[in-house]
Amino acid sequence: MTNAVSSEELPSLRTPKLPDEPLFVVEARKSGMKFHLKDWWTYRELLYFLIWRDVKIRYKQTLLGAAWAIIQPLFTMLIFTFIFGRVAKIDSHGIPYPLFAYSALLPWTFFSNAITTSGNSIVGSAHVITKVYFPRLIIPVAAVCAGLVDLAVAFPMLLALMLYYHIGFTLNFFFLFPLVLLTTLLAIAVGTWLSATNVKYRDVKFAMPFLIQIWMYLSPVAYPSSVVPDRWRLLYSLNPFVGIIEGYRAALFGQAFDWKSIGISAVLIGAWLVYSFWHFRKTEKTFADIV
Amino acid sequence: MKPIIRVTNVGKQYRIGARQEAYTNLREVVTASLSAPFKRLRRRGRRDAETVWALKNVSFEVRPGEVIGIIGRNGAGKSTLLKILSRITEPTTGRAELYGRIGSLLEVGTGFHPELTGRENIFLNGAVLGMKRSEIARKFDEIVAFAEIDQVLDTPVKHYSSGMYMRLAFAVAAHLEPEILLVDEVLAVGDAEFQAKCLGKMGAVASEGRTVLFVSHNMAAVQSLCRRVIWLERGEVAEEGQAVSVVQNYLGKGSASATEKVWDDPHTAPGDDKVRLHRVRVRPVTGSASDPINIRTPIVMEFDYWNFEPGARLNLSLHLYNEQGITVFNALPLREPVWHGKPFPTGLFRSSCYVPGDLLNNGLHSVLLLVVKDQGTVIFSLNDALVFNVRDSIERRGDWHGKWEGAVRPDLKWKTEYLDAEVTTP
Repeated sequence: MTNAVSSEELPSLRTPKLPDEPLFVVEARKSGMKFHLKDWWTYRELLYFLIWRDVKIRYKQTLLGAAWAIIQPLFTMLIFTFIFGRVAKIDSHGIPYPLFAYSALLPWTFFSNAITTSGNSIVGSAHVITKVYFPRLIIPVAAVCAGLVDLAVAFPMLLALMLYYHIGFTLNFFFLFPLVLLTTLLAIAVGTWLSATNVKYRDVKFAMPFLIQIWMYLSPVAYPSSVVPDRWRLLYSLNPFVGIIEGYRAALFGQAFDWKSIGISAVLIGAWLVYSFWHFRKTEKTFADIV
Repeated sequence: MKPIIRVTNVGKQYRIGARQEAYTNLREVVTASLSAPFKRLRRRGRRDAETVWALKNVSFEVRPGEVIGIIGRNGAGKSTLLKILSRITEPTTGRAELYGRIGSLLEVGTGFHPELTGRENIFLNGAVLGMKRSEIARKFDEIVAFAEIDQVLDTPVKHYSSGMYMRLAFAVAAHLEPEILLVDEVLAVGDAEFQAKCLGKMGAVASEGRTVLFVSHNMAAVQSLCRRVIWLERGEVAEEGQAVSVVQNYLGKGSASATEKVWDDPHTAPGDDKVRLHRVRVRPVTGSASDPINIRTPIVMEFDYWNFEPGARLNLSLHLYNEQGITVFNALPLREPVWHGKPFPTGLFRSSCYVPGDLLNNGLHSVLLLVVKDQGTVIFSLNDALVFNVRDSIERRGDWHGKWEGAVRPDLKWKTEYLDAEVTTP
């Protein structure tokens, strides 16, 4: 203890000026609705660092690295092309089936990976959650955002397919950006809800893979939504992914947008997002105690 | 002066067994809710027993620039208090007002990722602890120099030795510049030189006018760093005041250790009308009860007792427990040469039990004393008859700075031989 400095000898060199109001008040929280926007601003760089970390470590110790981002949708496309395109002969409305499938598998792969990693993110960060404070919501959001990099890696493959099949680009193409945003928001809504529920009910981890599979078959990934009979269409478009995928295809292949189903998706996603954040805020106070 | 931290009536309640039933699954919830009405009937009136208050009615104030020590036994609520102040968990009752940014060294190395390099982890960990990127970049060289890891800066931290890992982790955390710094036992790790460096850094932090809350079992460090100390006991503030006097009371009152106890009155001393204790103590073989004991020290436990019943055949039985409540050993004087098995006349006896050095592990130990008659009947028992701390010894550490596992820590004989120069390949 030779270097120890006795506090008796230490004059207070500068006494910081204290704010009149407390910076933080820690007490039992009653409602989940209060949102610490100030916190988010303070911790915006942490969001960036967590995304950066997730991207950085994702393909460490893998042989093929980022190629996995392409391999996943590509091989699913090949299988779909064989089963749905060749065997079942699904009508893809004049678009070559491989391109038709890939255009939906691209957002779908992003979405399913994003909600899987996001859903497991809080449980996987137990060691951090029990040690440091920061807005917990950053964790599942960062997990989703990191998946956008994979989407970007797999995207050129889509362009290559379009060139190969001589599909021209139209101005519709620019609608991809709001559609990607919408997909991301949906992934955040679902991922956040799953991550919070997973803390208490580890069933989520086991249920996720096959729920995702069921969801995919309920979405027009392998088939066009036109195969759904008209009287079921409204019910069908309550799946927010329906509007999104139809939107992607319209944007890529220069078709007319179905604004109604895109609108339904947008509203549903907004509502889901609000509910998920509320649910998350409500349960997050117990994370450190039970995770 | 206005306080920078004001804690009012803070309490934290945990469900007992929350660890085991930490996460549930849906099936359990369904079955539980079906049987819940019946359970509620059965458990009526016992609901309080299912919860435990880790903290109860804790109130105190800290003025800016103060260095406050928080002491208490394991489970006294020290870490829970820091967790509430650092907003990791919410209190069940009361409130804490913080008039400054909080930085915590609750456990260093939080957010380190083994696959990332030292350089990358500095930025990641800094961000997790609440630093801005520009702030980390500005202090980067200082952190690297403090941690002494410039050679391995671009190596993934999974290849670091535990010493390097700890140094890096502490270095990042120590360069935080919050107005309030919470420190929990970080000094328990690392070699003596590094510990001294850490203490120096904390002193420097304090001298800059920042507020430090320091949780530790290291009373020497607490006394040298803190002017004021809060002593927690079973979740409540047992005493608060000048560091020297609180630490003395804490050590003296048997909360931390009880290396010597004396009962002068043969009517009220622990025991019964057959046998009563007069004095118990534990000391190094070559020293007194106030001398420190480390893992290398041979010690002796002495028990003085009055025998009131002529002709009783007495023997003692000692159960030694460690901090985790594990029985380290049970010792009986079966081969004691003079009195064992013989009838004891009335009068004062002393039985001493010698524990060789290089046997016990470091940490707090407690002795359950049983007085046995005719080698079968327990006359009486005394829990925590002795409580003593066995300190670590640097000479027995090697390069390992983490916790040394095991109920005991014997210095065993080893031999390595060079058998053959030929390497045969099958």
